[in-house]
Amino acid sequence: MNLTLKVWRQKNPSEKGGFKTYKLSGISADMSFLEMLDVLNEDLSEKGEDPVHFDHDCREGICGMCSLYINGQPHGPHQTTTCQLHMRSFKDGDIITIEPWRASAFPIVKDLVVDRSSFDRIIQSGGFVSVNTGGVPDANEIPIPKVIADESFDSATCIGCGACVAACKNASAMLFVSAKISQLALLPQGKVEKRERAEKMVAQMDAEGFGACTNTGACSAECPKEIKLSNIARMNREYFSASLSTENI
Amino acid sequence: MSWVFKTLNSTLGKKLLMALTGLFLILFLVVHLAGNLQLLLPDEGRSFNIYAETMASNPLIRVVGILNFGFIALHAIYSIILTRHNKKSRPVAYAVSKASANSTWSSRNMGILGTLILIFILIHLRGFWYEFKFGEIPYVTYDGETYKNGYAVVAAAFENIAYVIIYVVSMAVLAFHLSHGFSSAFQSLGLNHKKYTPFIQKLGIGFAIVVPALFALIPIVMFLQSN
Ligand code: SF4
Ligand code: FES
Repeated sequence: MNLTLKVWRQKNPSEKGGFKTYKLSGISADMSFLEMLDVLNEDLSEKGEDPVHFDHDCREGICGMCSLYINGQPHGPHQTTTCQLHMRSFKDGDIITIEPWRASAFPIVKDLVVDRSSFDRIIQSGGFVSVNTGGVPDANEIPIPKVIADESFDSATCIGCGACVAACKNASAMLFVSAKISQLALLPQGKVEKRERAEKMVAQMDAEGFGACTNTGACSAECPKEIKLSNIARMNREYFSASLSTENI
Repeated sequence: MSWVFKTLNSTLGKKLLMALTGLFLILFLVVHLAGNLQLLLPDEGRSFNIYAETMASNPLIRVVGILNFGFIALHAIYSIILTRHNKKSRPVAYAVSKASANSTWSSRNMGILGTLILIFILIHLRGFWYEFKFGEIPYVTYDGETYKNGYAVVAAAFENIAYVIIYVVSMAVLAFHLSHGFSSAFQSLGLNHKKYTPFIQKLGIGFAIVVPALFALIPIVMFLQSN
């Protein structure tokens, strides 16, 4: 199929940037979206032009590295990652607009590549369980009900892609942060530090400049891992009860 | 006490204030509606006038009334603070946005809806609240007691079709605001569970339809009666 791509090009973080239009022909419906971009980049390289920079790594929907705001939706028209999006979702003659994630906490590095290290800093602020070294604990020493394990695992499937931030009209990171808080708060190992964790991770999220949630639900509707909005409610609960009960006056 | 300010100043805390003030205003709507529906009783405003007088002279109601103004102001001020914060979080807008694919229109336009409601509240306060309190108002006597005839003020106002239209349209705006706001408040408070959230969501939609519809009914009926 033949396509017209409108791609955001920006040389560096400080340059203004703008859209550039490219025509592509002979794209197979079986290609993934990223393979289609590979074809474009090969064309550009042959012409001696700078290829379009975009993030990707595993290309199998597990690493969360691929991004791209495609035709007005993060990861394009389906609730998948961009690497799992295929060209059969588009028609011959389509115009496809590709933009980077837009959030002040995700500054653009180049073209479609954004810096998501704000997510890493949120995790570093409390998204872990402190374990002292010692003997290996017995596997079933701590009983965990299956429903709790499942719920925690559901939250843990968040791959940190940032589509929730990209989809949210407020560029809020609450789905991501709440998934990380939930995943640990649900398990006995994580419960010990859950109050400090909630306080610290929320503080870091705010410090990074992410927006405030208005409960539109766009994040969850676009999340490739279908992280539920109930996580955000849990984060709210954890945070308010933490602020009423921790020693930090 | 710095922990209180820290908590309320976080994005979650500001949302908490939006939710709490919003829920209070929702409760206020119910009480207000119960009072107003008496305008439709076929007694030339007798029940309404007596009710209005009782409310105005009850010190507790007066305190709640002042609180109500305070909460409206807080709700509006925090929405401005949050909107500005959120704008800063996304300084560059997307060229193409297909938001309808992932969220409802009202959830994305609470600010616009809220602004329209605030304008309506100002018109409403000038037209009735101010008139009742400080305006020149006729009096009526029931069983030897004199009452302000608020009913007459309302009835006169709703003879004007333009006024009726403003009221009905504003109630439609309120309906959209509530259709998101009602259940959203519970989510902000951290209340989301499969046991009760589906109920809250249905209740919210029901509330958003029934309450504004009953409010809108009053000017419509009174307009028809005047002709
Ligand atoms: S919550 Fe979903 S959209 Fe957000 S980072 Fe995690 S996987 Fe991506
Ligand atoms: S490249 Fe790893 S999830 Fe898409």
